[in-house]
Amino acid sequence: MLEINCPYCGPRFETEFSYGGEAHIERPKDSENLSDEEWGEYVFMNSNTKGVFLERWVHTSGCRRWFNVARDTVSYKILAVYETGTEPPELDLRKDV
Amino acid sequence: MVEAYLRQSPLSQLALPSRAVSEAGDAGVVMSERPFRRIVNLRGDPKSDAFLSAAKSTLGADLPLAPNSAAAGKDTSLLWLGPDEWWAISEDNTPPLADKLRDALSGQHTSVTDAGEGYTCIAVSGPKAIDTLAKGCTLDFHDSVFAPGSCAQSDMAKAAVVFHRLEGETPSFEIYVRSSFAEYLWRWIEDAAGEYGIAVTG
Repeated sequence: MLEINCPYCGPRFETEFSYGGEAHIERPKDSENLSDEEWGEYVFMNSNTKGVFLERWVHTSGCRRWFNVARDTVSYKILAVYETGTEPPELDLRKDV
Repeated sequence: MVEAYLRQSPLSQLALPSRAVSEAGDAGVVMSERPFRRIVNLRGDPKSDAFLSAAKSTLGADLPLAPNSAAAGKDTSLLWLGPDEWWAISEDNTPPLADKLRDALSGQHTSVTDAGEGYTCIAVSGPKAIDTLAKGCTLDFHDSVFAPGSCAQSDMAKAAVVFHRLEGETPSFEIYVRSSFAEYLWRWIEDAAGEYGIAVTG
């Protein structure tokens, strides 16, 4: 069980949250002109990182706000939690590899 | 809003008034339903002075800005739900707040929504109230974490709820739950509290 530190409500159990996949993927601006292949690239081709992964979570049972999490997919350790629309903090990765 | 004479609490089939006692005696857990509350969902920008002052003049108290905190306004409980979202809760016999809030906030980028018809409130108190709630919820209910006068949204026995811990020495919680989960949650809590002894009050 993960304990996730919601940036708004504080630390809560994982069961209160829902997962939203990879963070910082920008929706194409001229979507009406995209080819099927480019759409597929945007919708399906996410990275499958071993190590520190930047991902989205939503506090479904709490404040219902989206935010970003930096999590190590090997150790499951959560390294940082930061608000949507902000840049990820600089992480000292050596400690956690 | 439903006409008052058509109103039926989502727990009416449990016939709680017929079980109500006036003295809780040595029961570890005291339960009651507090139905038909007016709940107004209010959203607005907490950095806007115009929004905060208009809300304060209508509600009679500052909106609580600290996470998981509650405040008491004029005939109103104010619960923090999110960085830009609150509940203003009042009893059914007070004048409707939503219209007053809409008037006071007109022209501002805010949202005022009546939410009360979709919820009921289950009150759980008594010396064993915390032990009971801890069986179905991952929150830490200890005084040092969940102090009297604070609130939190979470899951109780997998049902989404809003907890409001009332002021007072004996643990006393009001649990707001959606009508469709109300009977399930009441029965769940009553089952969980069985070992401590239960009293139902009106």
